[in-house]
Amino acid sequence: MLLALVAVYLAVLTLWPLGRLLVEALGPGRDGAPLGLLLDQWSSRSTERALMNTLGAGVLSALLSAVIGTAMAFAVRLTDIRGKTAMVFVLMLPILIPPQITALAWIDLVGPSSPILAPLGLAAPYGATNPLYSFGGIVFVMGIENSTLVFLAVRAALAALPRDVVEAARVVGARPVTIVLRVVLPLTLSSILAGLILAFVSAIGNFGVPALLGIPGRVTVLTTLIYQRLNGFGPSVLGEVGALALILVLLAVAALVVRARLAARHAVAIDRSGAGLEPFRLGRARRPAELAVWALLGTISLLPLAALLATSLTPAVGVPLGWDTATLDNYRFALVGNDATRRAFLNSFVLASATAIVCAGLAVPLAYLSVMRRRRFARALDLVADTPYAIPGMALSIGVIMAFLPPLPLLGVSLYNTLWILLAAYLARFLTLALRPVVSGLETIEPALDEAARIVGAGTVRRLWSIVLPAAAPFAGAGALLIFMTAFNELTVSALLWSTGHETLGVVVFFLNYEGNATAAAALAVVTVAVTLALAGLVSMSARRLPAGTVPWRA
Amino acid sequence: MASLTLDRLGKSFGAGRAVDDVSLTVQPGAFLALLGPSGCGKTTLLRLVAGLERPTAGAIRIGERVVCDDRSFVEPEARGLGMVFQSYALWPHMSVAGNVGFGLKVQGLTPAERRRRVAAALETVGLGGYGARRPAELSGGQRQRVALARCLALEPPLILLDEPLANLDAHLRGAMQREFRRIHRESGTTFVYVTHDQSEAMALADRIAVLDRGRLQQIASPTELWRAPANAMVAGFIGGAAMLPVDVVAVEPDGTRRITLAGQVLAVPGLAEPGAGLLALRPADVELLPIEAARASRLPTAVVTDSVYRGDGFVCDLRVEGLADAPLQAVATAALEPGAAVGLRLRGGWVVPASDGG
Ligand SMILES: Nc1ncnc2c1ncn2[C@@H]1O[C@H](COP(=O)(O)OP(=O)(O)O)[C@@H](O)[C@H]1O
Ligand SMILES: [Mg+2]
Repeated sequence: MLLALVAVYLAVLTLWPLGRLLVEALGPGRDGAPLGLLLDQWSSRSTERALMNTLGAGVLSALLSAVIGTAMAFAVRLTDIRGKTAMVFVLMLPILIPPQITALAWIDLVGPSSPILAPLGLAAPYGATNPLYSFGGIVFVMGIENSTLVFLAVRAALAALPRDVVEAARVVGARPVTIVLRVVLPLTLSSILAGLILAFVSAIGNFGVPALLGIPGRVTVLTTLIYQRLNGFGPSVLGEVGALALILVLLAVAALVVRARLAARHAVAIDRSGAGLEPFRLGRARRPAELAVWALLGTISLLPLAALLATSLTPAVGVPLGWDTATLDNYRFALVGNDATRRAFLNSFVLASATAIVCAGLAVPLAYLSVMRRRRFARALDLVADTPYAIPGMALSIGVIMAFLPPLPLLGVSLYNTLWILLAAYLARFLTLALRPVVSGLETIEPALDEAARIVGAGTVRRLWSIVLPAAAPFAGAGALLIFMTAFNELTVSALLWSTGHETLGVVVFFLNYEGNATAAAALAVVTVAVTLALAGLVSMSARRLPAGTVPWRA
Repeated sequence: MASLTLDRLGKSFGAGRAVDDVSLTVQPGAFLALLGPSGCGKTTLLRLVAGLERPTAGAIRIGERVVCDDRSFVEPEARGLGMVFQSYALWPHMSVAGNVGFGLKVQGLTPAERRRRVAAALETVGLGGYGARRPAELSGGQRQRVALARCLALEPPLILLDEPLANLDAHLRGAMQREFRRIHRESGTTFVYVTHDQSEAMALADRIAVLDRGRLQQIASPTELWRAPANAMVAGFIGGAAMLPVDVVAVEPDGTRRITLAGQVLAVPGLAEPGAGLLALRPADVELLPIEAARASRLPTAVVTDSVYRGDGFVCDLRVEGLADAPLQAVATAALEPGAAVGLRLRGGWVVPASDGG
């Protein structure tokens, strides 16, 4: 019964859209040739250019992410520098701040009217184009954005290294630098690669950064090409953009397959019972090392946010910020002065809460059936639930449009141009964010607790309520908050699915900036980031009672 | 109380057979121990009875009710049994009274009736007054008692226990064994008790079923199991008998077997038919003699390979002359040097067939 419910949910919201995407994208071209759509797209000049940009930006930004992420993970995990909790929190900011806001913050920081660089005389001359509106700018911002993924992968690998591999090297007289380069680095190389691949997958699916930097800079990648085509021509080009999306999906799947292969080949049996690595003492180098880390984190993370905040207080672009000029007008406009933003707050709030509640509620029975009851069908569904988050969000959106543009059977109404289509896409995309913590939570719970309740005669629903839910609730709660934070600011999925009256916050920030109202965009971005950070604080506080690893941004 | 009947029960996990063609009957009110080495399928057998695993062959009857055969399967929720898990499986978010009362609540008893039954069950296991505690606030032995109270409260006709004392220290184990005997007597319920510890099985059960590699080796009373093991596996597992290869020459009218051990002819009780057999000898079955006395009376002889002081004597490892790979143990009153030759006189021993099913 429960399993049937979950199966229907996934079939309607995940398998159906993805199936439609596949079928449409592989359909015949306008001339009826088999696979025509895909081949047409494949051979078109604009696709080729977008594909090259996507691959180039993906690879280069992933390399940048690997360098930053690995260096930071080594610094935090292998040395005795102080203030690690704060460092990790700053490194985790990209998880909490969506790409379009990061891009906005960088635009504000580097642009000619930068409230931080201009007073120092470092900004580009007034009237010049922002240097970030370029291929290099996209690579740079995405590289910083995705370094978190590499950091997390490498940190986990370092945490799993037993201390004796380092101690053995010490005993034979190796110096710390030699140990790091000759022992630790080779042992973590496969994790660095795995993190790099995740960064690549995230980069090729990224919409916020190339949209804000690439559209004004006339650098097109696949996601922005899809967006511009669909925006320009409407649903009549669904097949064509579906083919583009399929190329993205194939790239992502290929990368993830390589990653899975890598993980299987380098799976080393790790003795987790042993103690973890002991950090190296830096001695007199500690203070300079701390300064270096903070200088880097400050530049790549805090400075752009400061610029965003400063811009939001500026009366108009180009006006220098000072005590006399600072104003809250932008906030007034962003919060109450504008119908679209007011609606967007409500829409994003409703969508994010509904998605969080439904997904957390569904994650518990699904995780229960797949982990504690080890039902094979449930395990298969568990995998299906991961797909919409693993593939680029644009591809999911197109599948969702294809599935729900035609009127629904029985009801006879189309979800297109309503809030419901956004909800459908969110429900598909974010389920895994609640499922993963609940699954890992239930894996730590003895199946005998459930079996003991079966023996005394309690039925499935009763056991879910009385035995499983009390154990799973903290994990489901953490998952729900994570979903809320992600969905509240989300742009990639809603960029294709919003309609007038059904805007999301991500879309409104994007358009305020697009229309040139940079100060209002900054104000709205600051407000949404504040909401997310407040929620993150809430999770962190409750996280003390959760097993390590449930919440990603803890040291 | 209910009887339990297993009929050609089997359970395979992939290629491996965890339970293989097991048939046995437990009388109502009996205390049966399922005994065998680790990994022999005891837990799987118990879980099959509980309904937590589906058998791949055979049938199970509890009382008159068929709870599973090729056509039907009664889910564990509907079997109405009690079970004590090896890990206790107490629900950590419920109080002791909540744990014990959960099944009663599921059955729809009124709160007053529930309180009465919970109090009675906790009283029985000696935990009256502990109802408000959380499982985390209890010692291992107390958790064990709560787990038992949780199934007693439901007054099931059959209680399954999976190595309930394995996680307790030796001292507590003895005390809990007495408790289990008392509670079994007072409740009159049928107990099926899994253990890998033969002394625990002997101390508790009125019948013992010995399992090995998923197959039932013997089911008998503790005394019979000790006195007359059915095969080499049982003889080796119960009381740690050494197995010496012998030739069974003849079966005497009184059932005694005439055997040759390393060339010497002896008379020993047992089961084996004429042909190859195995002589099971526990340390207490062997008396050590001076070598000259043994030579004179044509008794088997042996060489001491090691000797360890054990308080009540010296336990000697012996190699019987003429038998290369058959170590034997005996107890000597004085220390013996390795390499010393001794004579052997048998005070007991039991001959079993050389090979069978097992
Ligand atoms: N769920 C399972 N999947 C696969 N093999 C199992 C499973 N449960 C038990 N087994 C195998 O069945 C055999 C018997 O296990 P078990 O009944 O737990 O033994 P015991 O309780 O006597 O130690 C073992 O070889 C074990 O590996
Ligand atoms: Mg077991």
